[in-house]
Amino acid sequence: MSPTREEQHWMYRNMVTSRRFEEAIAKIYFEGKSPAFNMANGPIPGEMHLSDGQEPVAVGVCAHLTPEDVVTATHRPHHQAIAKGVDLDKMAAEIFGKKTGLSGGRGGHMHLFDDDVNFACSGIIAQGMGPAVGAALSRKMQGKPGVAVAFVGEGAVNQGGWHEAMNLAAVWNLPFICVVEDNGWGISVAKKTASSIGSHADRAAAYGIPGKRIEGNDPYAIYEAAGEAIARARAGEGPSLLECETYRLAGHFMGDAEAYRPEGEKDALFEKDPIPKMRERLLAEGAASEAELSTIEEESAARVDAAIKFARESDDAAPEDALTRVFAA
Amino acid sequence: MTKSNERKLTIARAMAEATAQEMRIDPSVFVMGEDIGPLGGVYGNTRGLIEEFGAERIRDTPISETAFIGAAVGAAQDGMRPVVELMFVDFFGVCFDAIYNLMAKNIYFSGGNVKVPMVLMTSTGGGYSDGGQHSQCLYGTFAHLPGMKVVAPSNAYDAKGLMTAAMRDDSPVVYMYHKGLQGMGWLGTEAGATVHVPEEPYTLEIGKAKVVREGKDVSIVSCGMGVHNALKAAKKLEEQGVGAEVVDLVSLVPLDRDTIRASVAKTGRLIVVDEDYMSYGLSGEIIATVTEHDISVLKAAPKRVAFPDVPIPFARVMEQFCLPNPDKIVAAWDEMQAA
Repeated sequence: MSPTREEQHWMYRNMVTSRRFEEAIAKIYFEGKSPAFNMANGPIPGEMHLSDGQEPVAVGVCAHLTPEDVVTATHRPHHQAIAKGVDLDKMAAEIFGKKTGLSGGRGGHMHLFDDDVNFACSGIIAQGMGPAVGAALSRKMQGKPGVAVAFVGEGAVNQGGWHEAMNLAAVWNLPFICVVEDNGWGISVAKKTASSIGSHADRAAAYGIPGKRIEGNDPYAIYEAAGEAIARARAGEGPSLLECETYRLAGHFMGDAEAYRPEGEKDALFEKDPIPKMRERLLAEGAASEAELSTIEEESAARVDAAIKFARESDDAAPEDALTRVFAA
Repeated sequence: MTKSNERKLTIARAMAEATAQEMRIDPSVFVMGEDIGPLGGVYGNTRGLIEEFGAERIRDTPISETAFIGAAVGAAQDGMRPVVELMFVDFFGVCFDAIYNLMAKNIYFSGGNVKVPMVLMTSTGGGYSDGGQHSQCLYGTFAHLPGMKVVAPSNAYDAKGLMTAAMRDDSPVVYMYHKGLQGMGWLGTEAGATVHVPEEPYTLEIGKAKVVREGKDVSIVSCGMGVHNALKAAKKLEEQGVGAEVVDLVSLVPLDRDTIRASVAKTGRLIVVDEDYMSYGLSGEIIATVTEHDISVLKAAPKRVAFPDVPIPFARVMEQFCLPNPDKIVAAWDEMQAA
C-alpha cells in the first residue's frame, strides 16, 4: 500500500504546516519570558511541548482517517491535531489562551478538543488509551463506522493503564489502533533505561493482536503499516499496535536544556530531519515538482501566519468565563 | 407512611429497575463493570439485567478500572450513555485519573462542546469488618474535585429517581450507594431504606436536598446511612422533648445550600453526621455553608459526628467505636446544650 500522489502532497503539506506552526510557537513562546525565564509570562503562557521531527507519524497515520474517526493524542499534540484536521485558527487561539480558542482558553496546549473532527488529548501519559478504546467500543456497539486511534509516546507503554486498555481492546475485538511514537526519550530518561525490550510492538503478542515496528521515521513506511492496521480495524478484525521510530528534535519542553542528550545526538537527528528528506524523495521520484512543493510550502506558511495572526488579535479569555461550562449545558 | 398494599423495593432493586427502564427506551445506555453480568453486581444493583439485555449491553469487564472507566469516557463522548461500576469506592486509587482528569474535566476542556453523559456508580461505607480498603465513604474526595455531580441516596425511592436522572444527565454523575442500605441480606441492611417505589419511571432533581423530618430545635444534616442514624437520634431526642429536623442532602454536588441554610435558620442549631473522615470533608463544608453565609442564625456552635481521621479498623469493636451512630448524635446535642 503506497500513498497516491495526492496523499503524498497532503502528507508533505501537513508536515510542513506542523513544522511552520511549531517554529512560530517556539519564537513567540519566549516573548516576555526573559531575562529571567518565567513560564507564565508572554503571549503563550505555560508549558510548551513541541513535536518537531515527529511529523511523519502523524501524517502517515492520519492520511487514512476521516473527520469521523476518533483520535486521542498525547501532551505533545500539535502535529497530530494538524494532521487530524483540527481548526488551526482555534487551536492557535487556544494555545494563546484566547476567547476564540477551541475551548475559550479552558484547556490550553495539552488539552485540545475539537469535536468537529473527533480529536481530544490529555496531559497525562497513556490516558488517551481508555477514551479511544471507549470510542471504538461505541462505534462497534452502535454499528457506526469509524475507528479510534490512540497516539502515545514510548514512555506511556510502561503505564498500567496502557496495558489495561490494550487488553480491553483485544478482548472486545474493537476497531482500535495504538500508535506508539518512539522518540527515544521519556522527558530525560532514555528508552533503553526505561523499557526492558527494544520494540514495544513485540508487546502485541501479549494481547494476541498484530504488532509492527517501523524504523527510520519514514512517512511512507508508516503510511503503509497504518493503512493495513486501519483497514483491519475497519473490517472488524480488531486492534493493532504500531510502534514508529521517530525523533524529538526539540527538548521535552520549551526551556529544556537537554543536558541529558548524548554529545552529538542532536546534530545527527537534524541530518535525518524528515521534512527535507521527504522533499528530496518527492522530487527524486517525480511525485511533485519543485513548483508544486514551493506552492505547498508557501501556502502552509501563509496558513500558519493567518492562524497566529488570528490568535494574536483575538480577545483574551474573559476571566469570569472560567466559572462556566463545568457541566454540560 | 407507606400503605401496606404499596410495593416496596430495596435500593439495589430500585437501581436495577431504573436502569432496565431507561435501557428499554434509550439504546445508548449500557452498563459495564466487574461482575455486573451473570452475578448481577456484588450489591445486586444490576441483577436481572443481563437476562433482558444480554452481554453486549451488560458488559462484564476485566479487573481493569483505568481501562473501562476511561473507555466509558470515550464512549460517552461518542454518543453512548455508559453506566460503569467501580465496585468499591476505595478502589478509586487505581483509576482516579480516568475519573477526575478525564471524566470530570473533558466538558470543561472542550469549552462545553463535548458532553460526557456517564454514570459512575460505586459502593461506599463499612460497618461489617471488611477492613480499611473496602469500607470507606470518600464523599469529600469525590465532591471536592469539580466537574462531576455526586449523589448519595438514603432510600429506594430516591435511589430510583436519582438513577434515572443520572442516566439522562449530559454531565458525569458519581452515584454513591451505601452498602448497608442496599438490602443485601449478607451485609445486614437498614430497614428504613426499603420503601415504596412507584413502578413507572420518574426522576429526582440532582442538587435538591430533602427535609425528611421536621423539627424546631436542631438541624441534623447528613446523607446516605447517616440519614437513618439521624432519624433514630431524632426519635430519641423527641423523647426528651427536643424537636430535631433531619435534612437528607441526597446530592453532594451540586449541594443544596439553600435548604441547609433555611433549616438552620429555623432551628438555630446544627449537627452534621458524616460517615466519611472528619477533617477536610463534607462536615466542614456543611458548617461553612451556614457560618460564612450568616453566622447570626446560630444559637450554639455546630457539632460534627464523623469518622475520626484514622483508616477504617478491622476489628468489629474498633470499627463500631469509630462509626457515627444515633447515640453519638444525641451526645452531640447534649454537649451542645452543656456548652
